[in-house]
Amino acid sequence: MRALSFAYGERKALDGISFAVQPGRFAALLGPNGAGKTTLVSLICRLFEPQAGTILIEGRDLRRERHRALTSLGIVFQERALESELTVEQNLALAAALRGLSRSETRARIEEALIRLGMPESRHVRAEALNAGHRRRIEIARAFLHRPRILLSDEATVGLDIPARRSLIALVRTLVREEGLSVLWATHLADEVEKDDQLILLNRGRVIADGLTREILAGIGTDSVEAAFNVLVSRSTP
Amino acid sequence: MTASGYWRAFAAIVHRELLRFWHQRERLIAALVRPLLWLIVFGAGFRSVLGLSITPPYQSYILYELYIVPGLCGMIQLFAGMQSSLAMVYDRAMGALRVLLTAPFPRWFLLLARLAGGVITSTLQVYAFLVITILYGIDVPWLGLLTVLPALILTGFMMGAAGLLIASFLRRVENFAGIMNFVIFPAFFLSSALYPLWRMEEANSTLAWVCALNPFTHAVELIRFALYGRLEPPALAVVLAVTALLFAAAIWAYDPARSFRAGRTAISAE
Repeated sequence: MRALSFAYGERKALDGISFAVQPGRFAALLGPNGAGKTTLVSLICRLFEPQAGTILIEGRDLRRERHRALTSLGIVFQERALESELTVEQNLALAAALRGLSRSETRARIEEALIRLGMPESRHVRAEALNAGHRRRIEIARAFLHRPRILLSDEATVGLDIPARRSLIALVRTLVREEGLSVLWATHLADEVEKDDQLILLNRGRVIADGLTREILAGIGTDSVEAAFNVLVSRSTP
Repeated sequence: MTASGYWRAFAAIVHRELLRFWHQRERLIAALVRPLLWLIVFGAGFRSVLGLSITPPYQSYILYELYIVPGLCGMIQLFAGMQSSLAMVYDRAMGALRVLLTAPFPRWFLLLARLAGGVITSTLQVYAFLVITILYGIDVPWLGLLTVLPALILTGFMMGAAGLLIASFLRRVENFAGIMNFVIFPAFFLSSALYPLWRMEEANSTLAWVCALNPFTHAVELIRFALYGRLEPPALAVVLAVTALLFAAAIWAYDPARSFRAGRTAISAE
């Protein structure tokens, strides 16, 4: 992102933010409610047009090469976005077709994804019959089906219990480790951030810290992401 | 994206609409009950009251029930179009629309594919109605079932495009009652669906003029003539023009950023 700005009428949601997600890393976009995380995600996946600034995805300007750039992205939205009346397989097949996968690729990748998730028996289960944790796992699988280079997630763990949250994050971290996926993980929960993650702190539409979590914590003189978060947010709030 | 990629995405979106329709079979029953009530109850009541002269495409005196069949086909499509707007609002609230709109395809293409799915389901509903109508004893020509198909596709697109446009302005599913009162009823009653325009002209020339301007009238007439294997060029021209206009407006209205600038939060924002 370079000098990215967006406002809802008079209210500035993002105020000239710039940062880059390091390739093959889990980057946590941490911020309190109202920080601008969802707006940023909406801009990156091109639901909204930025009013100023540039978004580059794998070096491609999103404004000029929208479709190619979107092909590099896997997206998990805050809302539960599975088609509840369709089965798991039908949901995944729809997503695969929307990303241009052939039938044979689709079949193979659905098979592989369900095995990876440990949910091969869920293939013909309707999405509405899944629990919240499993629905989210399927949404992650759906976002990753076309092998994107970047996974964009907006508060994916909201509404999940602690074991489901942990399991979901573990799944995404496995994808980072094994597949070299870059992740931008928007969250307001400090305990989802690990010390080796890239940490981008967002508050009131501005980036107030960006770097390796371990280094940010050392700079503040704390061992806790939550404590660092509180310190940095209070410093940046007038 | 390659041409085959476009085709797969198009087919997948249409397939999704068909699956959803299949999973909501009660929709088919609801869609059939309404016109059948009109046909059987209303038609029987008005048969003796309303005299119909011989007007094209009919070549002899016809029963009132036969006259209202094209209008009831249009009614099914009108309701289907408005229901698709309701589904769009629901998808927007649930997040499914975000998944669709962030696919690497032009927005017009994604909306067109969704529209095509809706047209197929509404056409299936009309055919189910027409078959029941024939079984009930109404003299709909069998060949008409074939010749009416292009007309149904066109009128289905028109109603669906209207639904798409309305969906972009509709914030809540609860507002559907407003659509009933301000779109469906006026469109249906101020048309040639239930009475020929010359009868309306005799009663109230201003209303007849409004009916003649109503695009739904032209959709009904297109279906009416097509059922007898005839093309009504003015109706075709109006339906094509209105469809193009409504679809273009729907694409414009589905720009979420524009929606925000207009102060309407089309997609909830943090």
